[in-house]
Amino acid sequence: MKKTKELQKVEDQFEMFQILDEKGKVVNKDAMPELSDEELKEMMTRMVYTRIWDQRAISLNRQGRLGFYAPVAGQEASMIGSQFALDEKDWILPGYRDIPQIYYHGLPLHQAFLWSRGHFKGGQVPEGVRIMLPQIIIGAQITQTAGVAMGLQKDGEKQIAITYTGDGGASQGDFYEGMNFAGAYNLPAVFIVQNNRFAISVPVEKQSAAKTIAQKAVAAGIHGEQVDGMDILAVYAATQKARERGVEGEGPTLLEFLTYRYGPHTMAGDDPTRYRTSEEDDEWEKKDPLVRFRKFLEDKKLWSEDEEEKIVEQAKEDIKAAIKEADGTAKQKVTDLIDITFSDEEPTNLQEQREYYEKKESK
Amino acid sequence: MAQMTMIQAITDAMRNELKNDEKVLVYGEDVGNNGGVFRATDGLQKEFGEERVFDTPLAESAIGGLAHGLSLTGYRSVMELQFFGFVFEAFDSIAGQMARLHYRSGGVYNAPVTIRSPFGGGVKTPEMHADSLEGLMAQTPGLKVVIPSNPYDAKGLLISAIRDNDPVVFLEHMKLYRSFRDEVPEEEYTIPLGKADVKREGTDVSIITYGAMVQASLKAAEQLEKDGISAEVIDLRTVSPLDIEAIIESVEKTNHAVVVQEAQKQAGIAANVVAEINDRAILSLEAPVGRVTAADTIFPFAAAEDTWLPNDKDIAAKVKETLNF
Repeated sequence: MKKTKELQKVEDQFEMFQILDEKGKVVNKDAMPELSDEELKEMMTRMVYTRIWDQRAISLNRQGRLGFYAPVAGQEASMIGSQFALDEKDWILPGYRDIPQIYYHGLPLHQAFLWSRGHFKGGQVPEGVRIMLPQIIIGAQITQTAGVAMGLQKDGEKQIAITYTGDGGASQGDFYEGMNFAGAYNLPAVFIVQNNRFAISVPVEKQSAAKTIAQKAVAAGIHGEQVDGMDILAVYAATQKARERGVEGEGPTLLEFLTYRYGPHTMAGDDPTRYRTSEEDDEWEKKDPLVRFRKFLEDKKLWSEDEEEKIVEQAKEDIKAAIKEADGTAKQKVTDLIDITFSDEEPTNLQEQREYYEKKESK
Repeated sequence: MAQMTMIQAITDAMRNELKNDEKVLVYGEDVGNNGGVFRATDGLQKEFGEERVFDTPLAESAIGGLAHGLSLTGYRSVMELQFFGFVFEAFDSIAGQMARLHYRSGGVYNAPVTIRSPFGGGVKTPEMHADSLEGLMAQTPGLKVVIPSNPYDAKGLLISAIRDNDPVVFLEHMKLYRSFRDEVPEEEYTIPLGKADVKREGTDVSIITYGAMVQASLKAAEQLEKDGISAEVIDLRTVSPLDIEAIIESVEKTNHAVVVQEAQKQAGIAANVVAEINDRAILSLEAPVGRVTAADTIFPFAAAEDTWLPNDKDIAAKVKETLNF
C-alpha cells in the first residue's frame, strides 16, 4: 500500500509513550506519576505475585486441576499498572485473559479458579465489587462498557468503566461501535487494547493497515494513545490520565499498550512455535516488565531479593489455599444451572427438566 | 375506555412504564425526536426528556451492548431494533450476552431488557424487514419471546415484558400496527408472560397460533362455522416459554389440532407445539396434527409475498383435511 502524505501525518502522531526504558532508567521525568514508595513497591509485589500465579496456573492446568486458562506472563505491567490507577468504584469489563485485574478489583482467587472450571459460583461477583465476568466473545465487552459508562454518567457518579481487549479485538465491529457510542454520548469510558502482537497466531500486521491501533480513536473522535505496555509506570500514568479525562467529563480514551505474551494463547493446545520465532521471544523478554521495574526499585533501594522471595512464597501459599477452597466447593449440578437460567420462576419446561435431573443427580 | 390501534397501545405501555419506574429508558435508532419510524415512541422524548428517551448511533450490536451495560448499573432498558431482520447484527448482544448474564454471574446480575422490534409480512417492506425469526430466539435459553396479536394484549404484555427481570424479545407484527382498533383501558394492567389465551371457543378442532395469524385463524374459524365446524382458536401470545397446559387442555377437548405460523416450516415454534402435543396428548388425537406455515425459503419481499404467506383459506383447508383424516 502506498500511504498518502495526509494519512502518514495522522499515523506519525502516534508515538509510544514511555517512562522507564528497558534498563529501568527514567527517560521521561516530566511524565513521572506521583506514587509513594509504598505504592511503587505494591505494584512490583503484584507483578511478582501475578507471574507466580501464572506459573502455578499453567502447571495446575497441565495436571488437569484447572479449567480454561489464558497465560498472562509478559503482560503484567499492562494488567497491574492499569488496574492500579483505578478507584475501587470504577467498573472493569475484562476479556478472558484479564483475570489479574478483576482479582485485584475484588474477585477472590478461589472464585477465579472456579470460573476457570466453569463453575457458576466463580461468577458470583461479591456485593460491591464492580466487575463483569471475563468475556469470551472478542469485543462484546466493548459495547457493554459504553452501557456501564452511560449508567455511571446518568447516576452522576465520578467513576469510569474500563475495558480490555487485544490486538485482534481491535478488528471487531464491536470495538469501533463501542468507542463510537462512548464518543457520541461523551461517556466516562477507557478502552484498553493490550497489543500482544498475536491474535492466537495471526500477527498484528495482518489485522489492519493501520500503523497503530491507537489511531483508531481518531475515527471515533476520541483521544487515543500508544503506550509502552512493558513499562508499568507509563501504563499507570496513561490510565490515570484517561481516568481523569473520563471523570471530568472530557470524554472516553483509547489506550494501546504494546506488550507480549510469553506463553501460548491458552492452555488448550496452542503452540506458539508455529507462528513466532525464538528470536522474537528473546527480543521481547529483554523488555520484561518485572526486570526493568525491579532495576528501577533497586536503584531507589526499595527492593531486595529477600522481599521478592517472601512474595513468591505468599503467592504459592495463597494459590494452594484457593485451590483447596475451590476443590471443596460442592460440584455444580444441572439443577443449579436450571435455577439460574431465569431470575424469576422457571417456565414449565424447565420445571419438568428440573424434576428429571433431580432424580438423575441423586443417584 | 379508549379505542386504540396496536401502535398506540404500545406507546401507551411505554409511557406507563416510563412514569412508573425512573430506571426505565427507551432508546434506539430514530426513537427520540422522530418518535420511531412507525411512531411507536411518538411524543415520549418530549414528555420524559432526552435523558430517558433517546436516539442511538446506527449500530444494532452496540444498542444491545448498551442495554447489557446499563443493566449492570441498574437500568431497565426498552431498546428498539428498527426492524427485526436487523437482529443478526445484534444476535451476540442478545443471545450471546444478555440472555446469559444471569447464568454467567451465578444469579448475581440480570438483564431487564425489552427488545422491541417490528416484523411480519404482508406490508411489502424491503428485504430483511419482514422475516419471522422468532424461532431463532426461542431456542435461546434465558430469553422470552412475546408476540401480541391485538392492541389490548400488546399493552398488557409489553408492561409485563418491561417489568420482567430477564431479557424479553417483544415482536410487533407490522400488519397489526394500524389495521384495527380495540378497546384498551387507559389505566395500567398486565398480562402474564407465558400464558396463552383462548380467542374463540370451539369443540371440533384447536387452531394454535400467534401474531398476525390469530386474525387469519379467526377469519378461518368464521368460515368453518358456516360449514358446521366449531374451531377453537388459541393465541399463544408468548412463544417462549410455551403455555403447554393451555395447548394440551384444548387438544384434549377437541381431539384435533392445527398449528399455524407465518414463519417457515422447519424447526420453528409450530414444530415445537406439535412435539409437545405428541409428548403429552397423542392418545387424545383422532388425526395427525396439521401444520400451516410458509415455505422453507427466504422471505420473498414484495413480489411473491401474498402467495407465500399463509392465509385464512389455507387454514380452513388444513382444518378440513385434519377433520376428514
